[in-house]
Amino acid sequence: MSSENSTLVKLNNAGFKQNDKWLVEGVSLTVKKGKIVTLIGPNGSGKSTTAKIALGIYKNIEGSVEKYTNKVGYVPQKISIDWTLPLRVYDFMLLTENIKDETIDEALTLTGVIHLKNKNLGNLSGGEFQRVLIARAISKKPELLVLDEPVQGVDYTGEIALYELIKRISDTLNCGILLISHDLHTVMTATDHVVCLNGHVCCSGTPMDVAKNNEYKTLFGEQASQILSVYEHKHDHVHSDKGEIKKN
Amino acid sequence: MFDDFFIRALIAGLGIALVTGPLGCFVVWRRLSYFGDTLAHSALLGVTLAYSFELNIALSVFIISSLIALILIQLQKKTNLPGDALLGLLAHSSLAVGLVVIGFLTFIRFDIMGLLFGDILAVTTDDLLIIWTGGAVILLVLKLIWKPLFASTVNYELAEAEGLNPDRAKAIFTILMAAVIAISIKMVGLLLITGMLIIPAAMARNISDSPQKMMLFSIIGGLLSVLLGLFSSLEFNTSSGPSIIMAALVLFILSLLNIKQSIKLKN
Repeated sequence: MSSENSTLVKLNNAGFKQNDKWLVEGVSLTVKKGKIVTLIGPNGSGKSTTAKIALGIYKNIEGSVEKYTNKVGYVPQKISIDWTLPLRVYDFMLLTENIKDETIDEALTLTGVIHLKNKNLGNLSGGEFQRVLIARAISKKPELLVLDEPVQGVDYTGEIALYELIKRISDTLNCGILLISHDLHTVMTATDHVVCLNGHVCCSGTPMDVAKNNEYKTLFGEQASQILSVYEHKHDHVHSDKGEIKKN
Repeated sequence: MFDDFFIRALIAGLGIALVTGPLGCFVVWRRLSYFGDTLAHSALLGVTLAYSFELNIALSVFIISSLIALILIQLQKKTNLPGDALLGLLAHSSLAVGLVVIGFLTFIRFDIMGLLFGDILAVTTDDLLIIWTGGAVILLVLKLIWKPLFASTVNYELAEAEGLNPDRAKAIFTILMAAVIAISIKMVGLLLITGMLIIPAAMARNISDSPQKMMLFSIIGGLLSVLLGLFSSLEFNTSSGPSIIMAALVLFILSLLNIKQSIKLKN
């Protein structure tokens, strides 16, 4: 397959202005099949805005977006659901697409919330709701997965398991992932391409390239770039679900 | 035996309840009750136009209500006024214009009470045809836009991101609102149409745990309200609209009792 064919979404010098203020500008990035692109940057640096530009939620943008797929799964950073709606987890799973029961069960099992299937969405805790959001997005078997802080509010062990799940999904479904994450550990280990934002693209490249970049160091501090070196040493093994170490 | 007009009223009312049930759920979910009111108030203008130009009332009301909805959307884009102020502005000015126009139409005798509160005597065989075919079309269209409309009701950005075109669904739903008002104005009256949309849906919310159930109970509630309301309207010689809405209110109160009981059972 040529590299052009595997492109799922491409931003060309894209930007978005609201009330005469640029939320983000001049972003170029490409998400391809089977690759994970991660956006990092401080609060208000335009990460979520960039995701929304890629998804086509923002319409009047500068630059352009080329989208080559309609099979999209989205986990938004903030979601406000009106509780005047009686909505069970099961109903929510069917929100944008009719999905087979087995597939729903499978996705809910993967994210560890199958026992909540018939619970009302309004009664879930933040972390539980986040797991349901991820399950919903992956159960569609999307070609493009956009995850905006997908594990916020999830307990620490759950967080690691969910990131492993996301990585596994990108491999098994061969889908492209646009990930926004605060967790630099995850970013630096599971990502193919990192885009560091601060209202514009500060720097981008492989995790190694970015960690060495001076602008990255000023944004996140010396320590953040150490993270990568720590992980570099560990690259000869991977962790299985149970935490056992497997040699590559 | 029932008089012929009463059978007509029953068939008309049941047809309306079948449509207001599902639409009413969306009105409650999307917080559109004042929007519904605004469209209903503007319906008076539609009625006066129907009389002036000898148009069909339902058609004329549908056109005017759709027009008001369009104006509202434009105003929302062009001004910084909050939504409820715009709704109030349109509701009362269109009602006022309608009443003034009625004042000029001295050659026609208007039954204002009938327009405002509904009149079962006014339902003709033609109206039945309009209500049932119109209602069937409304339900069919609602079924077609169900997925994007429901998804964007839950969360607009999810629907948009996953390619469901929520804006189109919203525009179509607005037209459906105008249509349901058009077919039910004679029966329920323009002041009470929103009640017919909201109260059975609100009752259903109290006793449902899923959107499908809420829609089903909302339809059943509407049907029961029409039956109870029309029989008491015949019995006590009251206006049909208020009688139906009162019946719906009674059902709503009963649904509250149901909640209390289930809470007691849990404890």
